[in-house]
Amino acid sequence: MTSPLQQKIKVAGPVVVTGNRLADGAVIYRTGAGGWTTELAAAAVVTTSEAAMALLAAARAELVRVVDVYVAPVALTDGKPRPGNLRERIRAAGPTIRLPLQAVPRDLHVCA
Amino acid sequence: MYVHDEFDRTLIAERVEEFRDQVRRRLSGELSEDEFKLLRLLNGVYLQLHAYMLRIAIPYGTLSSAQLRMLAHVARRYDRGYGHFTTRQNIQFHWIKLAELPDAMADLARVGLHGIQTSGNSVRNVTTDQWAGVAPDEIEDPRVWAEVVRQHVILHPEFTFMPRKFKIAVGAAAHDRAALRIHDLALRLHRNEAGELGFEVMVGGGLGRTPFLAKTIKQFLPTRHVLSYVEAVLRTYNQFGRRDNAWKARIKILVHDLGAQAFAREVEQEWLPIKDSAIALDDAAVAAIRARFRYPDYEHLADDPVELKKARATDRRFATWHGNAVARHRMPGYAIVTLPLKAEGETPGDATAEQMDAIADLADRYSSGEIRVGHEQNLVLPHVRQRDLYPLWRALDAVGVATPNVGLVSDIIACPGLDYCSLANARSIPVAQELTRRFRDLDLARGLNRLHINISGCINACGHHHVGHIGILGVEKNGEEYYQVTIGGRADEDAELGALLGPAVPYGQVADVVEDIVAAYVELRERPGEIFIDTVKRVGVEPFKERIHAAR
Repeated sequence: MTSPLQQKIKVAGPVVVTGNRLADGAVIYRTGAGGWTTELAAAAVVTTSEAAMALLAAARAELVRVVDVYVAPVALTDGKPRPGNLRERIRAAGPTIRLPLQAVPRDLHVCA
Repeated sequence: MYVHDEFDRTLIAERVEEFRDQVRRRLSGELSEDEFKLLRLLNGVYLQLHAYMLRIAIPYGTLSSAQLRMLAHVARRYDRGYGHFTTRQNIQFHWIKLAELPDAMADLARVGLHGIQTSGNSVRNVTTDQWAGVAPDEIEDPRVWAEVVRQHVILHPEFTFMPRKFKIAVGAAAHDRAALRIHDLALRLHRNEAGELGFEVMVGGGLGRTPFLAKTIKQFLPTRHVLSYVEAVLRTYNQFGRRDNAWKARIKILVHDLGAQAFAREVEQEWLPIKDSAIALDDAAVAAIRARFRYPDYEHLADDPVELKKARATDRRFATWHGNAVARHRMPGYAIVTLPLKAEGETPGDATAEQMDAIADLADRYSSGEIRVGHEQNLVLPHVRQRDLYPLWRALDAVGVATPNVGLVSDIIACPGLDYCSLANARSIPVAQELTRRFRDLDLARGLNRLHINISGCINACGHHHVGHIGILGVEKNGEEYYQVTIGGRADEDAELGALLGPAVPYGQVADVVEDIVAAYVELRERPGEIFIDTVKRVGVEPFKERIHAAR
C-alpha cells in the first residue's frame, strides 16, 4: 500500500503549502527558504505535483512548529499569490464578518 | 444553582494539571500531533480555520453569576473579548492559544467549569430545558436527573471511546424546550396512570447527513432504573455501533438499521441483569443530588404588581418587550426573562465580555445570581420579581440584550460556519445577519408570529437546519456557496424534519428566497394568528414551491 506521503498530488495550477502554527493555531505558509510566514504573499508557490510533494514533505517533517499541513490553491496577480478559493480567502484574511467590538488580534502577525 | 462538592472540584483541578503537562509535551515535540489530538479532544479543544477553539460545557444550561464573570474574564484575557453560545448549552472561545489553554482552564476550574467531554466520541454535555425548575408546565426539575446521568457518565472508562459522540437530553415539561427528539438518547419525565414518576426513553435521534427523529423504545421507565437503562443503551451502542465508517457510526444509524423494536430488545437483554444492581437509584441518592440544587428564597408575591402595570401602561417599548421576552414563572409574582443574543446585524449566540459582566451583575441584582443558556443561543434570567421587570429591562436595553424578537423570524439559530469552522462548506453568520436586517421591522415580525430559522454551514447540522421552520443548509458547488432551503421542520414535542423546497440557491439569493417564503406564508395562512409551521402542515410544501419558483 502506498503511504499517504508518497501519493501523488493533483496540481492544476499554482499552489502553496499551508498549515496552522502549533502554539496558537494561526494560519501560516511555507516559504522558499524552508521557514514559515503568516503572509501569503511571502509563500513559496509551486506549479507541479513533484514540487508540491517536495514542499509538503519538508513541511510535514516539522513536528513542532506546524499542524494540519496541506496543499492549497492560489491565484497569481502580478506574480504574487492570493487565495484560490473562499476557504483560503477566509483563512488568509479572517472571518468575513465584523467581530464583536472589532476585537483586535493579539500578536497575530508574529512569525513562527 | 447546583453546588459542586469536593469530589467535582478535585477532579476538574487534576484534569487541568494533566492537560498542562500534555500541552507542555506537545509544545516541546515530545508528543506528536496524532498523539496529542486524541488528548486535546478529551478536553474540548479543537483546531479551527484560524486558531484553536475551546468548548466549555454548561451542564443543563445553568450558570452562576460568578461563572459568567469567569467566562467574561477568559474572553478578555485569553481570547478576543467575546464568546459564542452554541446550540447544545456550551460556550466556545474561537481564538484561544494552545500555550495559554492550561491557564484558561485553570481559571475556569476555579468556578467549576471545564471542557471535559465537549468533544471526542464521548457522552457530551447533558442538556435540558433552559426553564428547568421555574417553568409552570413541568413535573419536576429535570436538572436533577440530568445531574444524576452526568455524574455517571463523566470520565466513565467504558464510554470514553464510543463509535461516535453521544448526546443526551432530559425534559420534564409538557412543552419540549430541549429538542428531545433530535438527541441520541432523550429522557422525558412523566407520570404513569398510577401517578408514579418515570421516563419515556427515546433513542436514535440526530441530524447531520442522515437525519432521524428519536424513536420511543420504552414508554415508562421508573426513575430508580434510569442509570442502569442508560448504561444498557450505551453498552448496546458500544457493542453494535459501526466503527468502520464515521458517517454511519452514530446510534441513529444502528437504531434505523436494526429497527427500534429489535434495538429495544437488545437493550432489554443488556438491562435486565444490571437493573437491580448497585446502580439502581435509592431515594437517598437522588435526594442528595436534589439537595445540591439551591433555589432562591422566593417571597410571597402576587402576579401583575402595580409597578409592572404602570410601566406597561406608560412605556410602549417596555410593554412590547414584556409581551415578547417575559414568560410566566411557577411562582406568583416572578417571571422568566429571555435575553436574546440576536441583535440586528450581530452574530447569533455571540456575547461580549462586557455583556457577560453586565448580565452577571444584573443576575445578582434581579435573578438570585443565576443565568440560563438555551439551545436557541439565548440567555435567560430565571428568577426575576415582576416588580423589578421595568428597571431590569432598562438595564438590559443598555447592554443590547433586550431586542423584543424572542421566537420571531430574526431569532435565528446559526452555527459558526465557514467564518470559523474547518468542517464548514459555506458561511452561516452573514446569512443570519442579512436576515436580521431584512426583518428589522419588529412590528412586522410580530405579525409573522412564531417563526424559527435555523442555519448550518455544512451537513453536520450544528445549526439544526433540519428542524428549523425554515432551514438553510450551506453547501459548496464548484467552489461557490449554495444553500438548500427546507420548510416544515420543528424541534418541539411535535418534532418534524423539514422538506426540501427545490434546488440550492447561491449565497446572494438566500435572503430573497426567505422573504419569498415568508410572503407566501402570509398569503397562504388561513388567519393572521396561524403560525408558519401550522400553515405548512395544512397546505403542504407544494404551494410554497410554486410561489418561490414563480418569483424567479
